[in-house]
This record gives sequence, C-alpha cells and structure tokens, in this order.
Amino acid sequence: MTAAIVSLDHVNKWYGPHHVLQDVSLEIGKGEVVVICGPSGSGKSTLIRTINALEPIRDGKLLLNGVDVHGKGTDLNKLRQSVGFVFQQFNLFPHMSVLDNVTFAPIRIQKRPRAEAEALARELLAKVGLAEKADSFPGFLSGGQQQRVAIARALALQPPVILFDEPTSALDPEMVGEVLQVMKSLARDGMTMVCVTHEMGFAREVGDRIVFMDQGRIVVDTTPELFFDAPDHPRIKRFLSDVKGEH
Amino acid sequence: MDFLLPADQMALLLGGVRTTVLLFAIAWVIAFALAIALVVIRATDYRPCRWFVDAFVAYHRNVPLLVQVMFWYFGMPELLPETIRFWLYDHNAEFCFAVIALALGSAAYQAEDIRSGLRAIPATQFEAARALGCSYLETMRYIVVPQALRISLPPLVGRALLLFKNTSIAMAIGVAELTYRTREIENLTFKTFQIFGIATVLYLIGTFSLMALGSWIERRTTPGRKEHRNA
Repeated sequence: MTAAIVSLDHVNKWYGPHHVLQDVSLEIGKGEVVVICGPSGSGKSTLIRTINALEPIRDGKLLLNGVDVHGKGTDLNKLRQSVGFVFQQFNLFPHMSVLDNVTFAPIRIQKRPRAEAEALARELLAKVGLAEKADSFPGFLSGGQQQRVAIARALALQPPVILFDEPTSALDPEMVGEVLQVMKSLARDGMTMVCVTHEMGFAREVGDRIVFMDQGRIVVDTTPELFFDAPDHPRIKRFLSDVKGEH
Repeated sequence: MDFLLPADQMALLLGGVRTTVLLFAIAWVIAFALAIALVVIRATDYRPCRWFVDAFVAYHRNVPLLVQVMFWYFGMPELLPETIRFWLYDHNAEFCFAVIALALGSAAYQAEDIRSGLRAIPATQFEAARALGCSYLETMRYIVVPQALRISLPPLVGRALLLFKNTSIAMAIGVAELTYRTREIENLTFKTFQIFGIATVLYLIGTFSLMALGSWIERRTTPGRKEHRNA
C-alpha cells in the first residue's frame, strides 16, 4: 500500500456514557475506495465525520495527509479544504445558484480568480452531467441532481480525498443510480474515497475494501470478494441478509 | 401646490418633510447596524453578553417610546460634561437625541427579527460551510446571515414602517419634523382638516414607498426568481 492519506490510530469517542467509537484503527491509501457499512447506530457516520473534524474525538490519533486533525495547533479551515465531504442531505446553499455553490469555496475561501473557478466549476458540472443546470437554484433540482451538485462542490477544492456520508440514503430509489454513477466514475479516475453507504452493489463493484462496523468497533476490514462471498462473522451474515431483505 | 397652501406655509411643511426623512434615514441606518451587532453579541456563549442584550431589548420593548425620547432629551444631558452639553444645545440637540432614541428602540426590535431569522437556518448549512473550510465569520457572512436576512425581510420592512411613523414622536421634544410643522400651520390657519389631510397623504407617500422598496428587494432576493417566471 502507498502512503496513507487517512490514518486512524486507536480513536475513541463518547456521546455521554455511550462509547460510539471504540479503539478504531484504519489506514486508507491513495486511490483506495473504502466502503464503510454496518447496521444503523454502529458509528459509521460518526467515524467519517471525525476525519474532517466535524466531530471531535476523545483520544487516539487521526492523520489526514500527515496532519494531526485533532491536534491543538491544527488550522482546521485549511485542513478541510483538502478533504471533500458529501452529506446525506446534500446541504447545498439554497440562496446561491448551482454555479455559485460550486465556485463559492474556491473564490471566497481559496481566493482563486473567478474566471478560473468558473471554468473548473463548469467542467465539474459537466462531469456530473449537470452542465445545463449551472444557473438553476437548488430548490428547482431533484434530490439526485442536488446530490450531484454537492459532489461537484466537494470536488471544486480539488481535494485528494472525498468522504461520502450515506450519499444516496435520502434519495428516491430512481435517483440513486445517477449518483452512484458519478461516484463510480470518480473511483475510476483514481479518486481516494471513503463511503458510508448501504448500497451493497456499489460496494461490491467499486470498493477496494469493505470495513464493517458494529457497536462502535471495526469488526472486519476485508476485500469485497471475501466480505460478500465468504462472510465469516455471524454479525455480517445477519447484516447482509437484512440488507437483501430491504431491497 | 399653491392652491393647497400659501407658498410660505408650503416651505415650512416641506422643511418638516425633509427633517422627517432625515430622522428616519439616519435612525434606520444606525438601528440596522446596531441590530446586527446585538445579534452577534447575543450569539456569543458569554453569559453577561446575553444578559446585556436581553436587558437592552426588554427596556426598549417595554418602555413607551415617548418616555424614551424624553429621557434622552431631558435626562441624559444631566450626565454629560458641560462642554459637550452646551455644544449639543448649539447643534440641534433635539434632533440628535431623537435620532438616538428612535435608533435604539428600532434596533431592539430589528435584532429580535434578525435573530429569529437566524434560528430558521438549519445547523446543516453551518456544517456544510465549515466542511468547505469556512471560518466561523466566513460562514456567517456568506452562508448564514444572507439567508437569515432574507427570511427576516418582511418583519424588517414592518419595523421600517413603524420607525418612519414613530419619527412624529420627536415633535414632543421640539424637533421640527412633519407633524410638528403640521401642528404649527394648523395653529396659524385653523384649517385643521386640510392641513392634517395633507400630512396624512405625505406620510402615506413615505410608507408606500418603503413598502414598494421592500417588495422590490424581496423579489430580487428570491432564489431562482427567473426560473419561477419561466416555469
């Protein structure tokens, strides 16, 4: 494996008395697509949110591109520009056009020239299949379209890694495919991705590794083949049959 | 307009209009800036800051505006050093104190309107901005405040109307604004119906203009208004 982009070393987190992340250790290398799955409440979303410090941790060490994310002197605002984050609920800025959503951070935060930021934004919108929606507003787009804009917004900072927090869970079933399609093409381009998702088809097809969590712990960290074809843990078997039952 | 009023009275009245508009405009700008400052102070975690803002708002909401204006004009100068006091009396003190009292009162209400607009912005907007690398202030400036102000716009327009009408209270401390001049002309001519009719129309022109401005801004700041039109 090449040098780790994200590395968690014995990370612990509590919500009050509830131990949500228990001694979690994980290394994610450049270009890897890591799918984190597990039953709800297992700590998947919490885990991914600690990587860009949307959630603080109690102890352990978390490095992102070699920077100590939860270290005292860390410039979080600068750090977060090097990690994309895609939310379950898209969280686009409703008062800005699609183009402005995508150019916002490059122009306002990174102080890049508008022309350059707009050219990149249009390129990214074309990539997610929404070039013609540049002047629309989020309120006029479907959920799937909004999520694709959100992916373009995350890509606009040209981060080396993108985190996806259940990106298709809030979508109507017929819109899941279009978002997964965009994620697949990103994976093909060699983007490093960490995806919390229940989309097992995506995990099997695109994932390099599957991390299965239960009750705040990583239960297994394995390849899709082993995970789906030879699950050797009773909790995984139950999870897989539950997920199949859903669909 | 000679058929309505003789020229000298007309000049008096228009001077009053000018003072009313100035009272309103200066007080509004101060009030709006102060309201934003109050909201920011109120948003801090530091408890004395919140108490201060809450007390400020409570005073201005619960004491009659007329009393506030008189308090500033008759009460406050006693606390000022003599030189400043005399300087003020030489420089239109009643206008200055009226502006201060009107601005503070309006700021208290506007702060509450903006604060409720802020509360309507979901925390996830904040999170999305932070995830892109925005600092707290950048998040407020570009993401939260613009959306909150848009939500607060209708009540803020209402506050502006109220402030415009409340400038008439300044006559109680001798500011020669529109109502003051109206009373003056009425005392001279006893054409009560006519002169108050004119004043009414003048106030209505002011308030209707403010309402039109408000709905123009509202239309302009509706996200995707062009799409609406085409849809």
